[in-house]
Amino acid sequence: MEKNDLIIQLKDICFSYAGSTPVLNGLNLKLCKGNRYGLMGPNGSGKTTLFHIIMGLLKPTSGEIEIYNNPARIENDFRKVRKKIGLLFQDADDQLFSPTVLEDVAFGPLNLGKSQEEAVEIAFDTLKFLGLSGFESRITYKLSGGEKKLVSLATVLAMQPEVLLLDEPTSGLDDKTKEILKGVLTDLDLSYILISHEIDFLTDITDAIYAMENGTIHFDKEIHVHQHVHAHPHGAYEHQHD
Amino acid sequence: MFEELSNGDSFIRHLDPRVKIAVVFFFSILAAVAVRMHVLLWLLSLGILIVVLARVPLPELFRRLIPVNLLIAFLWLFLPFTFAGEPMFSVGALTVTREGVLYAARISIKSNAMMLMLIALVASTPIFTLGHAMHELGVPQKIVHLFFFTYRYIHVMHREYVRLVNSMKIRGFTPGNNLHTYRTISYMVGMLLVKSFDRAQRVHNAMLCRGFEGNLYSLSTFSLNGRDVVSLILMITAVIILGVLEWKKTI
Repeated sequence: MEKNDLIIQLKDICFSYAGSTPVLNGLNLKLCKGNRYGLMGPNGSGKTTLFHIIMGLLKPTSGEIEIYNNPARIENDFRKVRKKIGLLFQDADDQLFSPTVLEDVAFGPLNLGKSQEEAVEIAFDTLKFLGLSGFESRITYKLSGGEKKLVSLATVLAMQPEVLLLDEPTSGLDDKTKEILKGVLTDLDLSYILISHEIDFLTDITDAIYAMENGTIHFDKEIHVHQHVHAHPHGAYEHQHD
Repeated sequence: MFEELSNGDSFIRHLDPRVKIAVVFFFSILAAVAVRMHVLLWLLSLGILIVVLARVPLPELFRRLIPVNLLIAFLWLFLPFTFAGEPMFSVGALTVTREGVLYAARISIKSNAMMLMLIALVASTPIFTLGHAMHELGVPQKIVHLFFFTYRYIHVMHREYVRLVNSMKIRGFTPGNNLHTYRTISYMVGMLLVKSFDRAQRVHNAMLCRGFEGNLYSLSTFSLNGRDVVSLILMITAVIILGVLEWKKTI
């Protein structure tokens, strides 16, 4: 593994919300270019917290974060991080705040210093890529749940990130939208970490699935699932290996 | 909420929103300070004319006029009896004065004239266009942001409110005049506040993740055409003439 390929490195990250037990406890993580990780774990195991730490929305109590081999400590460091790493929030209503879809998708590129014309062009292209052409002037709060999720993804992709952090992208989606999402993630040449409770979804589009428990990721206990799930009548869970 | 009104096609709908805001602004100032009855009646007629031109559906129009007129109804209950002046007639121990009635009438006309103009403005302009136009007119960015976010999240809040109410209903909650009801409702309001706060935090986080550094950019551009200029001149002239009528002692 080349040193240059290392994108995210977390060392001994600890984090606790004020006055409660630690959520993250000595967590280590390495994500290299091309890695596509799935992350599973019970509710409250700190998966979302982990994403927020990587983005600099929460500051760890101890530990080190390195992005592209540069340590990230203060807000200014994370401003640069956010240009490279895109986070898709669990609730699309948190992500879409502009009145129209076009404005929302163009918001990121404009923040990156693109001109108005460039931003609009990027927005149109991104929407087209996601099969959302014609949505430009739709009102964001009037979209359906699935549409909101795809538009949220468009707002993140419009910033042309190199890594995606996807926080339960499938929750509340129907099978059809899930398939679209799956197709999009497969077509993209991006590294990503995907949190989900749906093991079938994870096995289809990630290279490795890890379990998160007690505030840390168990890299020694990779959840191996056979790709040919349907050949085994007992289903995916029957074939875990330690 | 507002859009159901802005579907109709009308002359006013295609006017530059900046022109509309400017006209409503000056119109409202005049309506607020004018005291002469004939000036006020002219303003009201102008308001009615504009609403007709904007093709606001009548039921919608009346629905929107109800709240402000409810307030005015209360004024009619008190003002005619409490204002000092020339007595008109008496109801029992209470005397209705001419000045009181005129004062209440003025307030009614003023507020309705202004409401008509505002309804025509909102009904003929999509809300976000209005926000951008405000920005173009030099309204401070913070106010414009506040305006946008209020509009965007009022629906989310409302949905959250409906969810809470439904979850209360399905567990058999029927409001009554008792402590249980008051406690439940205060819990609900508290929960709504906490949720709104959390939501605000998450939205801000999401914006930070997309490189937000305090600037919102507008994608819409406005351009004045001949029709806009003519409308602006016409309306401003009308407002100025009425203003002159108001301040000239005799005409």
